[in-house]
Amino acid sequence: MLEIKNLHVSVEDREILNGIDLVIRSGEVHAIMGPNGSGKSTLANVIAGRQGYEVTAGEILFQGKNLLVMDPEDRAREGLFLAFQYPVEIPGVNNLYFLKAAVNAVRKHRGEPELDAMEFWDMIHRRMELVKMDESMLKRPVNEGFSGGEKKRNEIFQMAVLEPRFAVLDETDSGLDIDALKVVADGVNALRGAERGFLVITHYQRLLDYIVPDHVHVLVNGRIVRSGDKHLALELEAQGYALYNTEPGRARRASA
Amino acid sequence: MSANAQTLERLTEGGYEFGFVTDVEQETVPPGLSEDVVRLISAKKQDPEWLLEWRLTAYRYWLTLKEPQWASIQHPPIDYQAISYYAAPKSKGDGPKSLDEIDPEILKTYAKLGIPLAEQEILAGVAVDAVFDSVSVATSFKGKLAEKGIIFCSFSEAVREHPELVRQYLGSVVPYRDNYFAALNSAVFSDGSFCFIPKGVRCPMELSTYFRINASNTGQFERTLIVAEEGAYVSYLEGCTAPMRDENQLHAAVVELVALDDATIKYSTVQNWYPGDAQGKGGIYNFVTKRGLCKGRNSKISWTQVETGSAITWKYPSCILRGDNSVGEFYSVALTRDYQQADTGTKMIHIGKNTRSTIISKGISAGHGQNAYRGLVKILPTAENARNYSQCDSMLMGDQCGAHTFPYIEVRNPTAQVEHEASTSKIGEDQIFYCNQRGISTEDAVSLIVNGFCKEVFKELPMEFAVEAQKLIELKLEGSVG
Repeated sequence: MLEIKNLHVSVEDREILNGIDLVIRSGEVHAIMGPNGSGKSTLANVIAGRQGYEVTAGEILFQGKNLLVMDPEDRAREGLFLAFQYPVEIPGVNNLYFLKAAVNAVRKHRGEPELDAMEFWDMIHRRMELVKMDESMLKRPVNEGFSGGEKKRNEIFQMAVLEPRFAVLDETDSGLDIDALKVVADGVNALRGAERGFLVITHYQRLLDYIVPDHVHVLVNGRIVRSGDKHLALELEAQGYALYNTEPGRARRASA
Repeated sequence: MSANAQTLERLTEGGYEFGFVTDVEQETVPPGLSEDVVRLISAKKQDPEWLLEWRLTAYRYWLTLKEPQWASIQHPPIDYQAISYYAAPKSKGDGPKSLDEIDPEILKTYAKLGIPLAEQEILAGVAVDAVFDSVSVATSFKGKLAEKGIIFCSFSEAVREHPELVRQYLGSVVPYRDNYFAALNSAVFSDGSFCFIPKGVRCPMELSTYFRINASNTGQFERTLIVAEEGAYVSYLEGCTAPMRDENQLHAAVVELVALDDATIKYSTVQNWYPGDAQGKGGIYNFVTKRGLCKGRNSKISWTQVETGSAITWKYPSCILRGDNSVGEFYSVALTRDYQQADTGTKMIHIGKNTRSTIISKGISAGHGQNAYRGLVKILPTAENARNYSQCDSMLMGDQCGAHTFPYIEVRNPTAQVEHEASTSKIGEDQIFYCNQRGISTEDAVSLIVNGFCKEVFKELPMEFAVEAQKLIELKLEGSVG
């Protein structure tokens, strides 16, 4: 479903990712863990197509298509979703209205008819329960005045509504208390299925107690230095990242 | 001669050709302003003697004035002697014969705004037959209004039919001495609208459709007067979202509103005059004086404006809150792009006790556009417990445009509460990317974000108008980001 080959990415001439290889198949949940500054969010942003990142080598295939030549909105319409680490506020724009614009943009792309207000409302209602969304949150402006937990829940809610083929969760657990974390994880788990892939980016193992990954990768200094199953996350929790010396240039040895 | 004077000359040179011919269809006064021209206009309008005197006094006063220089706008000097101050409606032969002769860009805009074909013809100045449907629609409206005692007619008609009312209120809110452009307008105004809502009457319809049809031929110096008697209510819509074909470069209109005890006047404007081309050539200079007097207790005047057109916009719809407990409101969206300049805002003059005012101003600048909010909140010693809330937000698109805020606050009563909030933001790449990531195109994202920014103002517009205004802003922003 998502295939990353030898991906090199620079920001302002500084190499952040230096040779990422990763294959995520339909139905799989992969977790990427790593210390701060290891390039986790860069990877998420490059997949989603944010400006300001220069891909100097390598490629990303999404459902067989060359992702890197596509505009961000086309990637989204093809079924790629990014749950933002810092969801953006859009003052004055009703959450529900925003979602409807998004849903219909995606449907139009797929050649499906746009949903009318009633159909949309029905669909929304079914999804709201998934993340215990309060109706009042729908009527507020997008993310404006939301608490950290509400913002993250809103991201998962949008994901549930948009039903992407592949979702990247960028540190969705940061800033969440345990209750909010459970709500978010429940939402993600409900969406897991054979037709959908996930890339869960996190600093801490805690989230992976609730969203149990099929594969775990350790990202250090822009490279995946180790891959394993869910037990790797527990190991990291116990030993920290110190094992994979985070000094530039020494990561390679640690991975050897 | 400056480029501007040349333009004005070019636009008005037709006047020389015809001179003072008496054929009503074609008469145009040659360029230039003098007492004789004022007398001539007055004679053409068949003014009563008192109105001629009023015009002449205004003209003489105007001669003593200098054009104001304080606004944050720049333009070449206007040659007032190069302007023709009176032109009767063009004969049918002069205008385009059909929509085929109209600039396709303008037609595209009409189509996007969903303006019906018949109305497009009127707006574009196509000569249409008098039996056209809308005219009879307008007539039936008038009948319905007359049943309630509402007077709604052209200014000329009001001078003829209701001279006592006009005389009582004309210049009572915007005296000819008010400012340079108000004095000029008072001397040479040729027509406009008059609206009178008698005591206790609630005007049963938005005064809009009729006006929209009617507006296509109003002159460059129009004058509007609206009076709401005790307990009356009226919602008045001025202007049109469609760009209008117009050959006058200088517009200097005056609008006066009077609200007596417990009366409410809601005045909404969408202004989309020709803004000039992308290089800043041409375009309307819009110098307008709009003011409302809350004369009675518990009266309310609410201004809502969406300003997207004109090369230069200079207007400050204001409220004089004289009656106790009276309320003034000003909601504004001003959008400038290319080389447009806007210096707009309001004045809230609190005189009565417990008077309240709200100012919400949203400025959007794109391209090389310059946008200034200029506002005065003045609390006089008599205004016990007066309150004002002002919020001025500016949004910038690109790095060539500008936003400026000039709030003036004068408080002379210690019980007053005055709040002012201001913000300036750049339309965020983060916001656009967030929308993109949900599948929304950049263009749609920009209109979504801008409409969100303007929401507090749009919600004050009557429903239909709000939808049009929203579409208009979207159109105006096409291609301004990315």
